[in-house]
Amino acid sequence: MAYLELNNIYKTYGEGENSTEVLSNINLTMDEGEFVAIVGFTGSGKTTLVNLINGLLQPTSGEVLFKGVPVTDTSHERGVIFQNYSLLPWLTVGQNIYMAVKEAFPKESKKVLMERVREYVAMVSLSPAINKRPKELSGGMRQRVAVARALAMNPEMIIMDEPLGALDALTRGNLQDEILNIWSQDKRTALLITNDVDEGIYMADRIIPLKPGPNATLGPEFKIDIERPRDKTAMNDNPVYKKTRNAIIEYLMDIGDERKTVSEVEYKLPELTPKSFVA
Amino acid sequence: MVLKKEKSMSTNFKQILAKLTPSIKKDGIMKSLKNTGITLLSILLFLGLWHMGSKALYNKEADYKIEKALTERGEEAAAAERACIESGDSSCQPNTLPSPSQVWASLKSLVADHHVISADKAAFAEKMAATNEKMIAAGKDPIVYTGRASFIDIVLTSIKTVFAGFLLALLIAVPIGIVIGLSPSLRSAFNWFIQIFKPVSPVVWYLLVFMIVKTLYIGDSSDNAFVISFISVGFCAMWATLVNTAMGVASVDKDYINVAKVLKLGTFQKVFKVILPSSLPLIFTGLRITLSVAWMVLIAIELLAQSQGLGLFVWEEFQNGANDSNAKIIVAMFVIGIIGFLLDRLMLAVQNMVSFNKNEMA
Repeated sequence: MAYLELNNIYKTYGEGENSTEVLSNINLTMDEGEFVAIVGFTGSGKTTLVNLINGLLQPTSGEVLFKGVPVTDTSHERGVIFQNYSLLPWLTVGQNIYMAVKEAFPKESKKVLMERVREYVAMVSLSPAINKRPKELSGGMRQRVAVARALAMNPEMIIMDEPLGALDALTRGNLQDEILNIWSQDKRTALLITNDVDEGIYMADRIIPLKPGPNATLGPEFKIDIERPRDKTAMNDNPVYKKTRNAIIEYLMDIGDERKTVSEVEYKLPELTPKSFVA
Repeated sequence: MVLKKEKSMSTNFKQILAKLTPSIKKDGIMKSLKNTGITLLSILLFLGLWHMGSKALYNKEADYKIEKALTERGEEAAAAERACIESGDSSCQPNTLPSPSQVWASLKSLVADHHVISADKAAFAEKMAATNEKMIAAGKDPIVYTGRASFIDIVLTSIKTVFAGFLLALLIAVPIGIVIGLSPSLRSAFNWFIQIFKPVSPVVWYLLVFMIVKTLYIGDSSDNAFVISFISVGFCAMWATLVNTAMGVASVDKDYINVAKVLKLGTFQKVFKVILPSSLPLIFTGLRITLSVAWMVLIAIELLAQSQGLGLFVWEEFQNGANDSNAKIIVAMFVIGIIGFLLDRLMLAVQNMVSFNKNEMA
């Protein structure tokens, strides 16, 4: 039995004539401890897919099975790192994480929970900022808080929705390493949604492209056979890396072109002449 | 082309300004001094215009009086009238917009009056202390001072009424607003109610409250003017808070709701830890509007309810028509304006204290 299974998922927004099918016929299986990356263009329905897996949305048809049980609601077993950090601005870093920890371990004493908060804040090296509010932090720091919040709940699976999309290249690289570090420590299952092919190759075991929506569906998977821990600089010369990267990019370019030709609808412009206000 | 020209003009202007005021540049203290100076100057200008305006009105009124005496009672009477006006005798002063100095004098007399009444009150309390003790011991109500209220007492009554009304509005509007905001069906159930009652005038609210309170107070001889006025003020002013609270609660950022769902917060936790904090800025904007509306409608309602506040004071002075009545009305006007301004500042400070995005609002 697979750890996570998506069977014939269709997701439609709206009803009747105004409905748009965002995702169609999505099939995916993940094993325990696997790191899978889904790469896609912006607006291709990536966030919808993530929300289906974490339980915020329900599929129109098809089913999401987590450890063999259909997903009907959110669960502490699946931690989510949102694209836009989603920290509560009126709480400090510590309070944001404490809120999550308290929900995940309701029976623990406050002292134990605070210890856990401090531990995870230290893990993302934000101890000096524990009493600051999200507004006072940089984008990278905020995303680290979001990472700490998701991990402090000790989820079995981490779902990341373009977690590093809004960050600069340097911060991005650092956070990638941090996330990989945490993931490799106790081999959690991880699903990463990204628009960066390099990020996917560096971090994941498998990369699956998401064909752009509407009617987005998953493309053929690419296995990344590069040994861990991976070295970013050395990887650039790795023939496997080069080959996989080229294959994925070629594939994405092709479907991009396909989309262009598909969307070449001729729009008839109405014939209008500017009204003259000078009598 | 036009843009360029404007730009060069504005830079020219800046250069000229810089030449004129070289020492002021980038100096915080000098800048604030300059601002204070401008404010003082505008106040002086306002007082000057007011003085000239009231003088013109005074002359017009005086001329009319003399003219009237001339046509009705002949030349001798006109001369007598003129002499009377010029002598400054209070019996024949033209009754018109008072000048700044008259208003200032009125303010001083009102304050002096307050001291007199306070002394009177203290003396009364001293005199009645022994008697009152006996009365309380005998289980009767003590005798209280029932002389007329001083201007300061009147202002304090008004402030008390406004805060009582504001508190009532807060206690009614915030909980209802939260409930309405949380439930779309309740929102549509309440919508007609809000839309119909929101634009109702303070006078009508007063009448409505009067009808109800009067019946509730049947057999009770105590003065219910205060109760009626603060309830009317509260009902009049609560709508802004109600609508803003409902809107704030209904429009919480979807990301925060998603966080609450992913963390699996219970309903209670979700409302108090996520929804309420995120709608606090809007709730406080509503409360700020409520307080200023409360202060504005207060005057009309006190007048109707015969509550010993500024509204009644203004109306009584107008009815009174004494020589310094007009000046007293203007004093009351300024006091009302200044207190309204201070209340608004107070709410702004509280609002800034509680809202998490103060940087954005500044």
